[in-house]
Amino acid sequence: MHDKIRLANTLYHQDTLKTQKYTFNVGDTINVHVKIQEDDKERVQIFQGVVLGKKKEHSPEGTFIVRKISSGIAVERIFPFVSPNIAKIEVLREGKVRRAKLNYLKDKKGKSAKVKEKIKVVQKEKQEKI
Amino acid sequence: MTGIIGKKIGMTTVFDTKNNKQLPCTVISVEPNFITQIKTKEKDGYDAIQLGYGKKKNVSYPLQGHFKKANVEPCATITEFRGLMLSAPVLGKAVHCQEIFEEEEYIDVIGTSKGKGFQGVVKRHGFSGVGGQTHGQHNRERAPGSIGGCSYPARVFKNMRMAGQTGNKRVGVANLKILKMMPKENILLLQGSVPGARNSFIILKK
Repeated sequence: MHDKIRLANTLYHQDTLKTQKYTFNVGDTINVHVKIQEDDKERVQIFQGVVLGKKKEHSPEGTFIVRKISSGIAVERIFPFVSPNIAKIEVLREGKVRRAKLNYLKDKKGKSAKVKEKIKVVQKEKQEKI
Repeated sequence: MTGIIGKKIGMTTVFDTKNNKQLPCTVISVEPNFITQIKTKEKDGYDAIQLGYGKKKNVSYPLQGHFKKANVEPCATITEFRGLMLSAPVLGKAVHCQEIFEEEEYIDVIGTSKGKGFQGVVKRHGFSGVGGQTHGQHNRERAPGSIGGCSYPARVFKNMRMAGQTGNKRVGVANLKILKMMPKENILLLQGSVPGARNSFIILKK
């Protein structure tokens, strides 16, 4: 990206740009808390699904795709990383995946459409030894 | 008419928090322009201001003299704007973007579109082509078809759409919104796309 484009983008988002960085990975099941404006009221809706992929993560243009199955119909939503409408993101389950984009999930059905959970090996803290 | 010369840097997207929309926008570099000539009604028959933009290394002798007269370093491009845009224009003075435009204002942009070379009618004019490769079509899938009658009118009408050079032409776009002006960095953020390749000169008009 050209320096001036990056500069223009960051200056435009100066007031709204998120300094906070999200820590989820592709394949994770996450809860996206989306702010919704209804007249004067603001409420938060939760969009729960699997992260299908990320695009330009470290750029202000970047987006990520979340896919969920809502009463039998698959719904995909694209969120910009800088979106001020995202209140917070919770990681519910870490997925074990080998690809950057999980587009193959769209063609799968039933059990094969699931992402395996990543099993964490808990290491003993090294500080105790010292 | 008032305006300024700029350079296209490239495109990006920004997030509009008011309408919750992601907007496509173009980043334009608007370094200070310099007044290279002031034309007056008495002398030239009409009022106009000539602006120069950018830097150029090798300039022809006639142009060197022209820049020397205005006490300006040789510019890469020169454009004339009809009418008096400043209350008191001074030869050689720098014109900044913020003196002419405001934020959230709608402006017109003129640029030179990307050259596509010699193209057929399908690409150049959006003809639909023949539509099929079968039924004895031979090799005429993208042919224009008939271009007129025979013994009457015995000629091809003017402006008949045919194959030819596509792009690399002066193109204008009206009513682009200025999303943000950054006078310190000499950057302008316009909503929408602008004709031309990156690093090409464009004219911004009010």
